[in-house]
Amino acid sequence: MLKPVWEQVKVLWSQVRTLGMVLAHTFSKKDTVEYPDTEPYMFPRWRGRIILSRDPDGEERCVACNLCAVACPVDCIALQKTEDEEGRWYPEFFRINFSRCIMCGFCEEACPTHAIQLTPDFEMAEYERQDMVWEKEHLLINGTGKYQDYNYYRVAGKSIGGKDKGEAQNEQPPVDRRSLLP
Amino acid sequence: MFDIEVGSALVMGLILGGVILISAWLIWLERRLLGVWQDRLGPNRVGPLGLGQVIADMFKIFTKEDWVPPFADKLVFMVAPPIIMICILLSFAVIPIAPNVGIIDLNIGLLWILAMASLAAYSVMLGGLASNNKYALLGSLRAAAQMVSYEVFMGISLLGVVMLSGTFNLREIVESQRDGWYILPQFFAFIVFAIASVAESHRLPFDLPEAEQEIVAGFHTEYSGMKFGMFFVGEYIGVLLASALMTVLFFGGWLPPFGIGPEDSIVAGIFWMLLKTMVFVCFFVLMRAAIPRPRYDQLMSYGWLVLLPLSLINLLITGAVILFQGA
Repeated sequence: MLKPVWEQVKVLWSQVRTLGMVLAHTFSKKDTVEYPDTEPYMFPRWRGRIILSRDPDGEERCVACNLCAVACPVDCIALQKTEDEEGRWYPEFFRINFSRCIMCGFCEEACPTHAIQLTPDFEMAEYERQDMVWEKEHLLINGTGKYQDYNYYRVAGKSIGGKDKGEAQNEQPPVDRRSLLP
Repeated sequence: MFDIEVGSALVMGLILGGVILISAWLIWLERRLLGVWQDRLGPNRVGPLGLGQVIADMFKIFTKEDWVPPFADKLVFMVAPPIIMICILLSFAVIPIAPNVGIIDLNIGLLWILAMASLAAYSVMLGGLASNNKYALLGSLRAAAQMVSYEVFMGISLLGVVMLSGTFNLREIVESQRDGWYILPQFFAFIVFAIASVAESHRLPFDLPEAEQEIVAGFHTEYSGMKFGMFFVGEYIGVLLASALMTVLFFGGWLPPFGIGPEDSIVAGIFWMLLKTMVFVCFFVLMRAAIPRPRYDQLMSYGWLVLLPLSLINLLITGAVILFQGA
């Protein structure tokens, strides 16, 4: 006889306890960040707006290898390779359509020269759709981005003007095939 | 003409305007309070404290397309939303706000409110049926099931108060609480009535006819524009009515607690009435923030197997005590 009554009391107590616990949240700290008024902390590895960085000497890092364009799942990167008189490769044009970009960061992972990098900036809204297409002059920054000491042409074996084969960092002089006697 | 007495034009206008304005800003209050209890802020952008949000929403809802689906039963579809507004606004006629402030002193005030509340339930049922939409039909089906389960014990739970005060007139019920509010002798009746009035106003946790997680928007799935607005505001007026009713029946209406301040001043009366009503409104919001929705068979069995016997036992004991004291 008393058991169902006791069950109901327990059910009611559970509801009252719930009300109390929710009421206690009156005094808890709010989770909301009022974004335009207070800027949230953006982590350095946040995947936001894409930039093209320069090496420590101030030259473009991008060697126009097209790996980023291949890796891009939405095909938003377009570029064309060209070469300067010293033999350095660089993109003739480099275009990212940010209206397609999904900020996945695959291009950054694919890049062999740390040229393309994602930044913590996300405020990229535009009124005109065409303004979402960024060319190389918009993408290039004057710094090295996240990798400050890396210079591809200084460590790579490719010969360019002023640096022949074997003169790169940690590189042995090339093997002289004619001196290899049995 | 402009004197403060029951039924004067000034008082009627003020009550009508006040009820509609307060219930419109209840939307803001609810959203802010839900925000507070869910560790958010709620709307705080439009105007000071976000108070302008209601006006902005009003503009939005007035400029929206008011679409009547071609497959609906047009007449009933159009008539259903005003019913809930009109019925609940009519219920406010008998609520005594303060000494000399009220629209009418009906000697069957409580019955009038119960009748109007039952009629308001038809609005939900008719709206759902006329929409000719399966989710709306499910919603109005649930509204009907809910109505048969709560209306019975809602009426019976109020009989204790009627027996103690000996009248159906709400003003006299308040007057009879001068020696002590009915919350103490009628505690269980209050619990039952509070639960019933949540079900009455179709609010969480008993918003089964809407239940947006299960049946889209329930009975008002097909409604848009101002017709939806009427259901929406009607719900908030219902909350205000239920809170005012709890105040009047169990918490002494305009009477000050513990005899603080003047007893028969109109200003103090309005203040206490509003304060008590707002506490209950906040409690309604707290219930929405905290308690999950039961299945509707659970609501029905809870109503018939727990709350109905409880209110009957309460009625029996109250009657026995009155008989014993009278003898």
